[in-house]
Amino acid sequence: MASGQQWVLVEMVQAFYEAPAYHLILEGILILWIIRLLFSKTYKLQERSDLTEKEKEELIEEWQPEPLVPPVSKDHPSLNYDIVTGPPSHKIIVNGKECINFASFNFLGLLDNERVKQKALTSLKKYGVGTCGPRGFYGTFDVHLELEERLAKFMRTEEAIIYSYGFATIASAIPAYSKRGDIVFVDEAACFSIQKGLQASRSFIKYFKHNDMEDLERLLKEQELEDQKNPRKARVTRRFIVVEGIYLNTADVCPLPELVKLKYKYKVRIFLEESMSFGVLGEHGRGVTEHFGVNIDDIDLISANMENAVASVGGFCCGRSFVIDHQRLSGQGYCFSASLPPMLAAAAIEALNIMEEDPNIFTVLREKCKHVHKALQGIPGLKVVGEPFTPALHLQLDRSTGSRESDVKILRSIIDYCLDRQVALTQARYLDKEERFLPPPSVRVVVTVEQTEEDIEKAASCIREAAVAILK
Amino acid sequence: MTESAANKAVNGEVCHRATNGVKPGRNGFVKNHYHYKQQKNCYAEEKVYHTACNGGVYSRPFIESFEETPMFVAVLTYMGYGILTIFGYLRDFLRDWKIEKCHIAREREQQKDFVPLYQDFENFYTRNLYMRIRDNWNRPICSVPGAKMDLVERISYDYNWTFDYTGRVVKDVINMGSYNYLGFAENTGPCANAAAQVTMNYGVGIGSTRQEIGNLDKHEELEKLVAAFLGVESAMAFGMGFATNSMNIPALAGKGCLILSDELNHASLVLGARLSGSTIRVFKHNNMQSLEKLLRDAIVNGQPRTHRPWKKILILVEGIYSMEGSIVRLPEVIALKKKYKAYLYLDEAHSIGALGPSGRGVVDYFGLDPRDVDVMMGTFTKSFGAAGGYIGGKKELIDYLRTHSHSAVYATSMSPPVVEQIITSMKCIMGEDGTTMGRERVQQLAENTVYFRRRLQEMGFIIYGNSDSPVVPMMLYMPAKIGAFGREMLKRNIGVVVVGFPATPIIESRARFCVSAAHTKEMLDTALSMISEVGDLLQLKYSRHRILPSLDRPFDETTYEENED
Repeated sequence: MASGQQWVLVEMVQAFYEAPAYHLILEGILILWIIRLLFSKTYKLQERSDLTEKEKEELIEEWQPEPLVPPVSKDHPSLNYDIVTGPPSHKIIVNGKECINFASFNFLGLLDNERVKQKALTSLKKYGVGTCGPRGFYGTFDVHLELEERLAKFMRTEEAIIYSYGFATIASAIPAYSKRGDIVFVDEAACFSIQKGLQASRSFIKYFKHNDMEDLERLLKEQELEDQKNPRKARVTRRFIVVEGIYLNTADVCPLPELVKLKYKYKVRIFLEESMSFGVLGEHGRGVTEHFGVNIDDIDLISANMENAVASVGGFCCGRSFVIDHQRLSGQGYCFSASLPPMLAAAAIEALNIMEEDPNIFTVLREKCKHVHKALQGIPGLKVVGEPFTPALHLQLDRSTGSRESDVKILRSIIDYCLDRQVALTQARYLDKEERFLPPPSVRVVVTVEQTEEDIEKAASCIREAAVAILK
Repeated sequence: MTESAANKAVNGEVCHRATNGVKPGRNGFVKNHYHYKQQKNCYAEEKVYHTACNGGVYSRPFIESFEETPMFVAVLTYMGYGILTIFGYLRDFLRDWKIEKCHIAREREQQKDFVPLYQDFENFYTRNLYMRIRDNWNRPICSVPGAKMDLVERISYDYNWTFDYTGRVVKDVINMGSYNYLGFAENTGPCANAAAQVTMNYGVGIGSTRQEIGNLDKHEELEKLVAAFLGVESAMAFGMGFATNSMNIPALAGKGCLILSDELNHASLVLGARLSGSTIRVFKHNNMQSLEKLLRDAIVNGQPRTHRPWKKILILVEGIYSMEGSIVRLPEVIALKKKYKAYLYLDEAHSIGALGPSGRGVVDYFGLDPRDVDVMMGTFTKSFGAAGGYIGGKKELIDYLRTHSHSAVYATSMSPPVVEQIITSMKCIMGEDGTTMGRERVQQLAENTVYFRRRLQEMGFIIYGNSDSPVVPMMLYMPAKIGAFGREMLKRNIGVVVVGFPATPIIESRARFCVSAAHTKEMLDTALSMISEVGDLLQLKYSRHRILPSLDRPFDETTYEENED
């Protein structure tokens, strides 16, 4: 072997001597060229510019950016907020006028509950206000652990995880599981925080018509065909259905039993956002799963905020540990944000106590909801949108004037009319340009357990008067 | 007046540098720690302490150091990860064959045939590396997160897979981990009392959004105060610091806009930039040449493919970077932003309250004009001991946000007691409460910072960042030392934060101390001597440069007598 190699070497040297000069030069240039290619900077499109320094300076000089923000007209409908003085509880002082509150999502009337306040106060005396850190770095308080345990127990799931901001809950939870390349089937009426979560996940989003299970099944079938074409890809493509318990934007309930059937038929996971239904639906306030008698383990993830029925701040997700635990390292709003102030967690715990002690409160709420729904029927020019047992109804114009802007103005004058007569209502606000499917403008009517029969009658007749006066 | 003079000087210098490239005196940012190429080790000797005094640009010395990773440490660190990975694979193999008991929560039987929720490799790191040292994070506390705190004792019998609470409390742990810069995490005193009063009057919830019916008089009061504090025309407050970034950047930039973001920006800024749909380009950490190059290229070349000019360019920077302890080179950023007509978004999450002679953040620290920063963002979580975030700026900006911020339209507004805590603590810092307590705290923090940083450096630790930053990262490098340092310190009753990959580059694991105005000299000395002890035990004193930079600070010499160890 050794002699053989030597022979090759000798032959090479000989060939080198015998080769003509032009050949050597050519090879030399080629070698240099290769070296240049190897060591030269990577080719960048942007840098391929034939401009001289002077021309560049001119370009820089000439460039005029748009203003940071476009100007806002002085009479923009949402520039000047209504100012609330004092607590936004049953009686609320809006712009200096005391009204009955039909606008805050204080379904169970826990917002100024004395027990809740006392618990918050005790916690404040022990822990101070802020947590000064994210959960990972000394921002986990014993109260947080207790609240998580209580929520899991309340919902009868294995685990719960709390977030410090209701909006961030589902918006962080979705991208923790659904990544680029995964597929999410979502209802058209999904609220804005779901939309933002979907956007952050960078998955394929397929919208199905609101509460239309046939449309969803059509999409699922389409996907099944697609998967058969490319089974290798299908094996790693996660699928999710994202729905809301009670839809914030339409005040109706998702058909959960059908969704669960579809889930097992097409092997899709269900994420359920229950901000409007937690502490509202079901015998014990466990939400839409209890309402339909669906096994809660069939839902992969339930998320809700603690800002409506619970009347505190923050949100939570619950479900099986296999699913929920993942968020402790992957939920962006959980890992990178300061934790919930302990006094707000303590308030939430006390709210859960009240809910557990007196499940009757949910029946009362449902009765009130039905009452309000009935009382609002037949108002000329306005239609009630939503199921009778949901606590946050919408009043929409029967006939739109044709432009959203003037519709909004009309609704605003109805609200102002009611505010003058001590009934606080509000418009459902949306970012017109950001919403995927912009709901029609509407007046929100929120039901709470504290509203008496007279309050409801008063509000209904007030709205009726306003409608008659303004919509003529 | 001095402002404009300084700016002229900056402009001059920036232009100069653009053509001149690297200047010897300016290696402070040219060679930051991201150039940890080992072959440069031999030159490290004279490049450890970069003092950049830029004439008119900086009103004070700007000392920022990122000592090179020693070569042998880097090699050992990589080896450490290598060994951990090999063992990880081995144990995964054993778990697969059911030889080792597996503690991981499993998918339900009914859903076994679903597409797996997690890819197998996704959790490899969690399972095999993080799990071994998990006890260093999420330690539950059961007191105020003040200078000292009480920890709930927990114990694990299965190597951190589950924790049992013993029911005992570890009392009086010195807290070097909470972002309690000005010591406003308190359960007594004016702030707590005011918050308690508001809790009784208002309750804790709101149940609506700002635009609907959740706009309390308290919120309006807070926003006026924040605007006055920052020295801007108008301000708006939001319920969560993270969301302030992620929900407002999309309102400021969109398609056809360019966002230039520092590579070490916080996850919330990154998420906000992504959600905005703008093009994002990343510049090297605090590297002005990198930023300027991106700015020039962007304006000259316009948008990719179409070459249309960009609608606007938004620069995202932070005041203090929470993992590096570095301070943004704000005077230079402002000069660049003015030269190239870009907009500047400054996130003062860690710097507001913690920097500057009157605690007004990094703008105050450099003596600049807040009006030169287009968007002043910050949080209330840290220095104010509350929760939430704000944005301050011109009236047009805030008016626009009031109408278009995702937060204002869709998110529940801030809890009244939290608002009150901010109002009281901010008034205290401003001196509007009639005491000098706020100012004293700001000063105390500055003194504590300088003292703590200097002592650590003297001991021979590698400390990153700016000498005035209360965030003090101390390098540990090796994965095993992350766990060891956290545990040894807790044994000595000191709570520290340790961080490793993915929060830091893989070999640059570190411990992070947050200095607070509430720390007394005794506490700092106790902490320092314990750190030194553990440092010797774990051989953490990597620094080969015990020479100290000259510290010509107004305070410092007189405040503490030095005792060299």
